[in-house]
Amino acid sequence: MTLDAVIVGSGPGGATVADVLTAAGWSVAIVEKGRNHLLDPDDLSRPASDFSNDEIKFLNRHFLGPDPMVEPRTFRTGEEDGDRTHVGEVNSVPSTVGGGGTHADGKVPRFMPDDFRLHSRLGPQPDADVADWPLGYDELEPYYTEVERSVGVAGTDGSNPFAGPRSAPFPMPSGAPMFGATRSVVAAERLGYHPYPAPTAANSVPFDGRPACNNCGFCAFFGCPIHAKGDPVAMLRRAMATGRAELIPETFVSRLRVDGRRATGVDLVGPDGSPRFLAARHVVVAAGAIETPRLLLLSDLDHPLVGRYLMTHFQTIAAGSLPFRTYAERGRAVTHVHDDMIIGDADSRSAAMAAGLPWLRGGMVEHSGAALPIMEAKHYPWGAHHSGLMEDSPIRARLWAFIMQGEDLPYPGNRVDLDPSVRDARGYPVARITYRPGRHEMAASEHFGPRLAAILKEMGAEWTAVTTSPGGGNAGSPAAVPESRHNMGTVRMGADPATSVVDPNGRLHQFDNVVVADSSVFVTSAGYGPTLTLVALAARAAHLLAGTRPLSPPPG
Amino acid sequence: MPVWLTGAEFRTLSAACDRMIPPSAAGPGAAAAGVPDYIDGLLGAFTVDPPRIWAGGPTSGRMGGEPAFARFHRLSALDELAWRMRIEGSRGLPEREFNGPVTGFQEQYRRGLATLGDDFDRVDPEVQDSRLRSDPDFATLLFHHACEGMYGAPEYGGNRDGAAWRAIGFAGDVQPRGWTDAEVSNP
Repeated sequence: MTLDAVIVGSGPGGATVADVLTAAGWSVAIVEKGRNHLLDPDDLSRPASDFSNDEIKFLNRHFLGPDPMVEPRTFRTGEEDGDRTHVGEVNSVPSTVGGGGTHADGKVPRFMPDDFRLHSRLGPQPDADVADWPLGYDELEPYYTEVERSVGVAGTDGSNPFAGPRSAPFPMPSGAPMFGATRSVVAAERLGYHPYPAPTAANSVPFDGRPACNNCGFCAFFGCPIHAKGDPVAMLRRAMATGRAELIPETFVSRLRVDGRRATGVDLVGPDGSPRFLAARHVVVAAGAIETPRLLLLSDLDHPLVGRYLMTHFQTIAAGSLPFRTYAERGRAVTHVHDDMIIGDADSRSAAMAAGLPWLRGGMVEHSGAALPIMEAKHYPWGAHHSGLMEDSPIRARLWAFIMQGEDLPYPGNRVDLDPSVRDARGYPVARITYRPGRHEMAASEHFGPRLAAILKEMGAEWTAVTTSPGGGNAGSPAAVPESRHNMGTVRMGADPATSVVDPNGRLHQFDNVVVADSSVFVTSAGYGPTLTLVALAARAAHLLAGTRPLSPPPG
Repeated sequence: MPVWLTGAEFRTLSAACDRMIPPSAAGPGAAAAGVPDYIDGLLGAFTVDPPRIWAGGPTSGRMGGEPAFARFHRLSALDELAWRMRIEGSRGLPEREFNGPVTGFQEQYRRGLATLGDDFDRVDPEVQDSRLRSDPDFATLLFHHACEGMYGAPEYGGNRDGAAWRAIGFAGDVQPRGWTDAEVSNP
């Protein structure tokens, strides 16, 4: 019997599609190139116990994959660099069952209404192809509401003055604020900003059969040992429990097979390297904004915009050392954020004008600390002072930081294509990333960076430093490689097949039965992490496929 | 007894690690903390089955729960290929040279420790430092591994008894206890 759908990728997008389609009675297979460390192999509707508070395993030894030794990517800042300047890790999101949801610290804000209509609200930008999305916040709102419940999001209603309207309250109250955040929130408010508890996909109370977060602190970059993070274990468990989903891990999808305007299925490479064909009535591609265009290019999809408009968030990081311990190793990795630097003010409008730009936008600012001792130890010089620095700990125990997820504009030259000669261990061309921040991103960073440092000084910081990621330096510098993990764009959504690759429902313009369900369809990048928006879009695409409607929130 | 290095190499390694992360009043230096065992265990990861690459989960037993870190994960065929390439190098094997030859940790350590000299553990500290600085690539590799061994979980062979964590006031892995809301917000 032919499957109703094969889903490529088990991250937040693919897991959500599997959840919605299996609930509608569809049979699906979820193909994941990474290993299964998320679900109990003896009962895939239950979580596994492989995750742990282990910095070596998660940060130094590629436990969640991809291992750049066997699955590298390549990087350059532009064509003038030649074929590439770097081979290895490039903004990798985990390659494992659960995908990026496993390592994320679970900040899941919605976008604002204006994020979907930048062109009509603010107008064009030089060099960039700024466009409105083919759908608006109001159209996505019921899906935001559904997925906040299916993922399990904790938040505080009415706390963010810039948020769009909500049709239902957050499913859970916010969790315990980090101690450092209790100080940075006060300092930010004194300077006129509007910090609020970050909407977070970590349970603050027992929810959906999973426990409340117990504040272990090993959150960003780590799988959750107790599965208090709902993304994406909740959706995958529900899909598996229907009996209508098959999980196929350690299996690489090498090609979409097509016949005229229809895909017939996908070519697979199994764990032992053996190829096979898997037929399906629909193909859903949810491999992320780098691997999805790679698969489309490996499949010889000839649309000229495949891979174009890669956006990753140009991050501005202000860090300072406080005269008191910040206890960032306790609790969630980030509990508070502010959006004022997306909205802007008279000063930022002047800064835009001075830079010769019509407007500029920063991004959501995360109030954050640092917690991990190996990471800290590598930052100090070796020798006689090393142990003393670790004990005094200016960049772990006493550090506080603001990370601004600066909105990247969509530039056609920032892109993913196939590297002409570098291969993965299976023998397939790897993704090559060509990326550099544009004038808008640099101007926004230069404007907002010192303002972030000023909040740290208001907190009492002894020193502050402002950096960006990627950093400056020449093309060959490792600092030029982005590592925000927020990959977006590359398979742009729109109504016109000449200027977009997928239609407003996520379906490839060129084929009737291929849907893209990840952040590669984003038209612009907003200044927010992409997860909740890509999950809402994936839920919408799946409901449109199955002819079902989003679940209404429960009364009360 | 080292599992992969020779006795002489292990002595050189121990002295080099202690120059990089020396003892202090609060705790041991890298050598006494077991960092050389961490590095030797990585170089010889495939001398045991399952190889000592990824400690198990979800708990170590230090804060309750099972001592599951001690049960190392099995590797898939792709994981094993990656870690053998990283540790052993490509050794001319076509299945490891899909992007050209790879020099592994074993060769980097054998060569780097030889360059430090077999009298390294007996020369003056200033001479030790200048020899380390004369080979910056190896010094960086060694230092990064020393940081991992010093401040990583004890199951990997370093940070013996968690002494390095205690010296810096870090609780280490805390599951299944975690922290209470009061410990998070009002420590």
